Amino acid sequence: MRSLSIAVAAAAATLVACGTDQPRPSRPPPGPPAFAVEINQPARLTSVETGEVDALGRPLRVACVTCHSLRAPTALPTSTAELDEFHQGLEFAHGELSCASCHVAGEQRTLRKADGTEVDMRDAMVLCRQCHGQQARDYDHGAHGGMTGHWDLSVGGRVRNHCVDCHDPHVPAFQPMQPAPGPRDRGSSRRTTMGNH
Amino acid sequence: MSGPNRRVALKVVGATLGAGAFAYAGRPVAQWAANLDLDEVLTRHYKELTPEDLAQILRRLEAETQETYGVDVRIEDIPPQDGVSFGYALNLSLCIGCRKCVEACHQENNHDRRTNNSYIRVLEMEQGSFDMEKGTVDYDHTVPAPGKYYMPVQCQQCDDAPCVTVCPVEATWKEKDGIVVVDYNWCIGCRYCEAACPYHARRFNWRAPEIPADEINPDQGYLSNRIRPQGVVEKCTFCLHRTRKGLLPACLEACPTGSRVFGTLLDPKSDIRWVLEHKRVYVLKEELGTRPRFFYFFDK
Repeated sequence: MRSLSIAVAAAAATLVACGTDQPRPSRPPPGPPAFAVEINQPARLTSVETGEVDALGRPLRVACVTCHSLRAPTALPTSTAELDEFHQGLEFAHGELSCASCHVAGEQRTLRKADGTEVDMRDAMVLCRQCHGQQARDYDHGAHGGMTGHWDLSVGGRVRNHCVDCHDPHVPAFQPMQPAPGPRDRGSSRRTTMGNH
Repeated sequence: MSGPNRRVALKVVGATLGAGAFAYAGRPVAQWAANLDLDEVLTRHYKELTPEDLAQILRRLEAETQETYGVDVRIEDIPPQDGVSFGYALNLSLCIGCRKCVEACHQENNHDRRTNNSYIRVLEMEQGSFDMEKGTVDYDHTVPAPGKYYMPVQCQQCDDAPCVTVCPVEATWKEKDGIVVVDYNWCIGCRYCEAACPYHARRFNWRAPEIPADEINPDQGYLSNRIRPQGVVEKCTFCLHRTRKGLLPACLEACPTGSRVFGTLLDPKSDIRWVLEHKRVYVLKEELGTRPRFFYFFDK
């Protein structure tokens, strides 16, 4: 009886409801940018990992100056093999560069460009740009490097990755990784089933 | 005398079994009728709903989610924004096939945990080949593998979308910001659209999604990531519940390489416009004339 009444009601509704589209509420177009694009500041620029954790379980980091202030500055080594006290075992695979290509003896918070200009460690991206112009250009247009936040800067800001977030400056190649789990649905066996159309 | 009696007995037994089997076979229909809501039967097409009707439907869906999944969610209907036409580009030189986008989509869009469903499939392709038939999606080794490149494929939000054309009930359509949407309440589950899509971008809910309560994303859109019922088709919506509020899509935020570029094609200063104007971009299966809004490019 109930299904009958539903059927009758549905039939009646079909006749009545062949209505017209309702106007949808209009939403104004994006305004001018009101929020900034920030670049993340990786901790590794000003401190090193100790491998230990603090009382709250956060990784314990030590500022570069903590150790370097205990030793008189000496000339920079030309290769990692010469490291006898700090950063022993540091891996290095960044072209033909040597330590002094970027670092300044006795200065842990300063880097040096090829033309001798000194830059703050936190502005390390200025240094990267000297050689990696194509990547820098793409980065400036949002086509290189991860980001989070808003595409519409009139609504909210955006945070960009720093070069060093993904590329260890001493071993800059993007490291291979294990992928997240793949699909387990029935269409995802060996073949992609993307052909035959 | 014994003959007719046995015949009658067998007839009675047969009839009883038959009736029992019929009742058992018809059980889903009875259950379906019991769960049927008159409001649901009488509802109009999404486009014909008044704001009041729609609000009522949203509240009903929220209550149903609470009942079924035990979670308080907020389901919104977010109309497209004026002056916005979305486009997406993907840099195949940067992509390493890590499936972080796949994972982010899975979580953001309340996908079924059992099948590990996602709107994105990453094809592992052979260097020197562009045959998608030869690509594999279930690779499970360190990436990027030597001699391979990776091509994530999701809904291309075609401007001439075959999936929309074939729908017999207009349960799927293109919105004015370029996103192709599905009304899960209107879809009859015929899967014509799934067959029509040359990019294998649509998925069918063979079962109602299984998601633990604490993993459900409570920020939901009626036309996007609300939990889909069983028996309907679903697809990528460029995360419209995020992007129509100015946010980047979840897959882009998850990408560790920055392969993904998203924005509005109508803003000449947008990143996506820069890519389209300065990179050598192409679309998948251009020869089909689907006019995708999803572009691919190589750096080198």
